[in-house]
Amino acid sequence: MALTRAQVEGIAHLARLELDPAELPQYEQSLSRIVDFIGELERASTAGVAPMAHPLPGLAQRLRADEVTERDEHDLYQRNAPAVASGLYLVPKVIE
Amino acid sequence: MTMDRRTVTQMAADLRARKVSSVELVRACLPRIEASQSSLNAFVTVTAEQALAQAQAADRELAAGRGGPLAGVPIGHKDLFCTAGVRTTCGSRMLENFVAPYDATVVARLQAAGAVMLGKLNMDEFAMGSSNETSYFGPVRNPWNTDLVPGGSSGGCAAAVAARLLPAATATDTGGSIRQPAAFCGVTGIKPTYGRVSRYGMIAFASSLDQGGVIAQTAEDCARVLRSMAGFDPRDSTSVDNPVPDYLAGLDAPLAGVRIGLLKEFFDTGLEADYERRVREALAVFERLGARLCELSLPNIPRSVPAYYVVAPAECSSNLARYDGVRFGHRCRNPRDLTDLYKRSRSEGFGAEVKRRIMTGTYVLSAGYYDAYYLKAQRVRRLITADFERAFAEVDLLMGPTTPTPAFALGAKSADPITMYLNDIYTISANLAGLPAMSVPCGFAGGLPVGLQIIGPHFAEQRLLHAAHRFQLETDWHTRVPERCA
Repeated sequence: MALTRAQVEGIAHLARLELDPAELPQYEQSLSRIVDFIGELERASTAGVAPMAHPLPGLAQRLRADEVTERDEHDLYQRNAPAVASGLYLVPKVIE
Repeated sequence: MTMDRRTVTQMAADLRARKVSSVELVRACLPRIEASQSSLNAFVTVTAEQALAQAQAADRELAAGRGGPLAGVPIGHKDLFCTAGVRTTCGSRMLENFVAPYDATVVARLQAAGAVMLGKLNMDEFAMGSSNETSYFGPVRNPWNTDLVPGGSSGGCAAAVAARLLPAATATDTGGSIRQPAAFCGVTGIKPTYGRVSRYGMIAFASSLDQGGVIAQTAEDCARVLRSMAGFDPRDSTSVDNPVPDYLAGLDAPLAGVRIGLLKEFFDTGLEADYERRVREALAVFERLGARLCELSLPNIPRSVPAYYVVAPAECSSNLARYDGVRFGHRCRNPRDLTDLYKRSRSEGFGAEVKRRIMTGTYVLSAGYYDAYYLKAQRVRRLITADFERAFAEVDLLMGPTTPTPAFALGAKSADPITMYLNDIYTISANLAGLPAMSVPCGFAGGLPVGLQIIGPHFAEQRLLHAAHRFQLETDWHTRVPERCA
């Protein structure tokens, strides 16, 4: 199934990616190839087969007590932030 | 700068016997790494100062008769394991300047065992690739022939071990990223059972498939390193709370009576003739050792690659949503507004293959397509897993080729993503089913290394390592080194 340019632009927007117009034909083509390739799955007969979400069958998700176990490492973590002030992350103005 | 061919096992013994010091080992490794960078590009970051400091500490421990099982042994980490205070890039511009604030559990455990970190190894960007060509820091080259790729995504790890720049490296495998480069570079690699090794501090690509493991020269070394890495970690919610057996115990036991299944689907038309010959010769070695071979067919295996290219991109698109240019990672200049900040930071920070996978994942998870692709793939995944369960009711291990061909030329498969994806046709199914799997050198085709793949049931790492070790006692393929590196 060929994806249209509009579809590719729509997917890119959902993924918060901005594609260079010059790159668009390449993504259109390669994503169409991929969609064709995975479309093959349609032919698998899976009636009555439950989807598998975890690679170890029968293993339940482990839970833990709702307790604070980590130290506050605010300053350490913010050393990797592109822009901070007074311990806050800076982003462009959202509300005028 | 002579090559040090010693294995982890030999180095650990020599260190313990005080025949060599850790500082001497590190001082011998560093210039060879430096000299190899222009031809192999296996490292993203070399941590020379820290390595010497760790080596001095290890030597003090050893002198006092203490020190862990890997005390003083130099190793490298794939650059997606977080290393506190050391740049951790995941092969991406997005994390070009990211300094990890903490150690991955794997890194902390190996350090506690006494291993000395020489540096961070190059890889495909966010582990998405089978050739190491998607790294922002340039491709790694295959030590057997630098016009060829080393495989991926753990290409730096495999190339470094093959060139004997270091005796072992940590690596990860989401669809073949340990086994395929190990095969291409003529080294031994193990991807353990999903949940066996903690994913804490391992930068996520596809969380239901990612698993950390080891690339080394021998199965015995894999066992030795894995023993120090594996085990329950409360910080990884999918870590399995089973005791870790001593992987070194029983490695020499006879193989008589072991039942080995050959998957018909792995000996298909895509398998190169010379490659197949080497694999069949390896299987004959197992037969001589008393193993019984039989052929099996698992009908859902051919659907592994399409199922994987739904599940893995879906998980990738979700995991990589965290790179927003706000808290860490690349940020674009002069964003107009928040959406522009997200979009341009991500578009500048990610390379083409990562973007393609994020978009594939976004597509298969989007309204109207979720049932047809994502749920369907998860159902097929269960069929594939059930196929393996049936097989392991009849046999102890499955064996076959690791890849359809030996290493290919740089650029040969980068034009079409499907051609590249199909390179992992024999490795992907083990990830979908969460099974442990290895690649072991088993000869050469056209002068290039060939890998024998061994797959076992969940938590049968010991069985895999045992079979691989017995094979390596009978053969010397794992001792071969590229002439240009010797």
